[in-house]
Amino acid sequence: MITFPSDLNLGPIAPALVVVVTGILVMLADLFLFRAEDRHNTVWVALGGLIVAFLVTLGLWGQVSGGPITAIGGLAILDRFALFLDLILILVTAIVMLLSAEYLVEQNIEHAEFYTLILFSVSGMMLMGASADLMTLWVSFETFSIALYVLAAYARPKVESEEAGLKYFFLGAFSAGFFLYGIAMTYGATGTTRLMGIAQFIQANAATISANNMLYVGLGLILVGLGFKVALVPFHQWTPDVYEGAPTAVTAFMATATKAAGFAALLRVLFLAFPQLSGAWSTILALLAVLTMIGGNVIALSQRNIKRMLAYSSIAHAGYILIAIVAGGAQAVSAAMFYILAYALMTLGAFAVVIALNRGGAEVVNFEDYAGLIQRRPGLTHALAVFMFALTGFPPLAGFVGKWYIFDLAVRNGWAWLAVVGTLASVISAGYYLYIVVLMYMRPAPDNAPDLGGAQGTAGLAVALTLIGTVLLGIFASPIFNLAQSALLAAR
Amino acid sequence: MDVPIQYYGLLSALLFSMGVAGVLLRRNIIIVFMSIELMFNAANLLFVAFARHQNGLDGQVFVFFVMTVAAAEVAVGLALVMALFRSKQTTDVDDASTLKG
Amino acid sequence: MSLLLFGILAVIALITAALMVTARNLVHAVLMMVANFGTVAIMYITLSAPFVAVVQVAVYAGAIMVLFLFVVMLLGEQQLSFDEPFAGQRMAAGVLGLLLAIMLLVTLFTASPAVLQTGLTAEQIGRENAQRVGELLYTQYLLPFEATSILLLIAMVGAVVLAKRRLL
Repeated sequence: MITFPSDLNLGPIAPALVVVVTGILVMLADLFLFRAEDRHNTVWVALGGLIVAFLVTLGLWGQVSGGPITAIGGLAILDRFALFLDLILILVTAIVMLLSAEYLVEQNIEHAEFYTLILFSVSGMMLMGASADLMTLWVSFETFSIALYVLAAYARPKVESEEAGLKYFFLGAFSAGFFLYGIAMTYGATGTTRLMGIAQFIQANAATISANNMLYVGLGLILVGLGFKVALVPFHQWTPDVYEGAPTAVTAFMATATKAAGFAALLRVLFLAFPQLSGAWSTILALLAVLTMIGGNVIALSQRNIKRMLAYSSIAHAGYILIAIVAGGAQAVSAAMFYILAYALMTLGAFAVVIALNRGGAEVVNFEDYAGLIQRRPGLTHALAVFMFALTGFPPLAGFVGKWYIFDLAVRNGWAWLAVVGTLASVISAGYYLYIVVLMYMRPAPDNAPDLGGAQGTAGLAVALTLIGTVLLGIFASPIFNLAQSALLAAR
Repeated sequence: MDVPIQYYGLLSALLFSMGVAGVLLRRNIIIVFMSIELMFNAANLLFVAFARHQNGLDGQVFVFFVMTVAAAEVAVGLALVMALFRSKQTTDVDDASTLKG
Repeated sequence: MSLLLFGILAVIALITAALMVTARNLVHAVLMMVANFGTVAIMYITLSAPFVAVVQVAVYAGAIMVLFLFVVMLLGEQQLSFDEPFAGQRMAAGVLGLLLAIMLLVTLFTASPAVLQTGLTAEQIGRENAQRVGELLYTQYLLPFEATSILLLIAMVGAVVLAKRRLL
């Protein structure tokens, strides 16, 4: 007699389901609905699906005010944390699609499969945020990763892109191996893979837990696996190469959506399954945070390619988010999620400008190409300058408020030295963010400057949206922070 | 006499370490790929051994998920290798370095 | 007796894994991989997991080995060189790998894994194994099971995107 789980509630996976269905519809529309010359219209199908997903997520938001709901055999969890992540992911994906529409045509790689793969990838990320079980987490982790391997190589037969895909694939699969082995050890040590079940086991065996080496090593391996995905130093080596080689629209997606999903998984695992072991993991993560912030920012100083520079910048920002996790406490989740949102807007904006400047197949990525940009594309120059100031952390922009919440949290929870390191790291980061600004405003344009695109079309729209977001998020921070705060992780 | 669970752990750890060594030390893409498969296999052995030790079935179910993921990864990974090979006519990682590390 | 069987299988698994990792001939490496996975499959039978064992053989010997051999044949047999441009990096990787291996070996050899009260015995798990596992897959683990269907769709679309000569 087969009995289905009694809690077969599709709520937790509803946004992900909408996104998957949209991905399939995009493929079908491409096949049956549009003629070859109208193929670019598939992007509107994808965006329409995202709007539906957005509405579904908002509809669910009101329903879960009473705390988290586990569902589908206790493997999925519906709470505001998952929904807030869904909202960030939908926003990021929509902007990435706006960025891609013309970029793909210019690069001569436009196919509906691009949008399908992005949507499938996002559904995996959403599922990851809604997982209440390590194995479900791992399967959804692989779901979004495999789609990203293909996307990184999407500009084939360009060798750089294929190499980026292959490199990402091998390091991703390698790290997935560590993640999996960590899950196996955790399963052996506790007899379960449910996040809350692990926490219950630790609580029930509090007296003997410190002798349970297998659990600690398992947690360590899980952190290595996730550390690769969110590119913490010393697991970051793949990042600059993959970010540089992948098509810029995919890079923008990887730099923002993957980070959001990876950190969501970290928050889930650490705060739901291993809260009692925080003494052990917070020390290790504090060390990683220092390495990540200093390493990312210092290496970024020597970069002369804006995609590589933004890659190291993304590494450094992962370090700031890590501070929120280390500091812990009731506001850790909201501070981290707010920062992820701010970081996503700023970084997407910077990539949007890079993409808008494209003209023809050649990408405008070298620093020399940005010299004297103010005379040639004043609007985009101002926009990029705002994003650079925001990434550095100047008030009143989004990056400043995000850092403020995190450093404030660290000081209040006894990690003041970590906040000091973070502040110093931000000062270092000014060295490369502001260098671009200086180049654009104060240097003359070179004689052989490349042709530039402008801020028209959907890429221009993406620049405008991220710009408005970056400024508004800085000025009206508290309502959104309160929203993030209501996205607190479930107390068991 | 039953085999102690620790023996399975030891065997699995050895297999996993060999896989890691293969990834870190070998330069041929296909061998690196198979070493990653070996790591997954070591994890599977651990799952099944723990499932038996706990008299449960969950560990065995996990192995199915791992196998599905591994199969999907092989399909995509080999397609990537083929695509790169067609563009570059090589399968050695270090020959394929237009990107600097 | 079962200890003896375990010993024999473990030695075979370790030797085939070592030969696979150090192989100079890619076809040999693929065959060693299959031998290793087959040995582990026999071990699964002794661990009351006959269904997993059968699937392991079907997936690895049937599907994955064929794919690997296909690519090896298509790309042509290449002798591997051990030249290493980053000698220092490789040393560091070796040392780190060795430390990791020692840590894992010690941890797993001294571990005392959790024991659950499932009301089942090892013998019961092994009997009607396929049915029990299947029921779990389609009920308790429905969510990851459905997630793998998305995963396979991605792999299918992705492989076509990557392998087709020209997408129209």
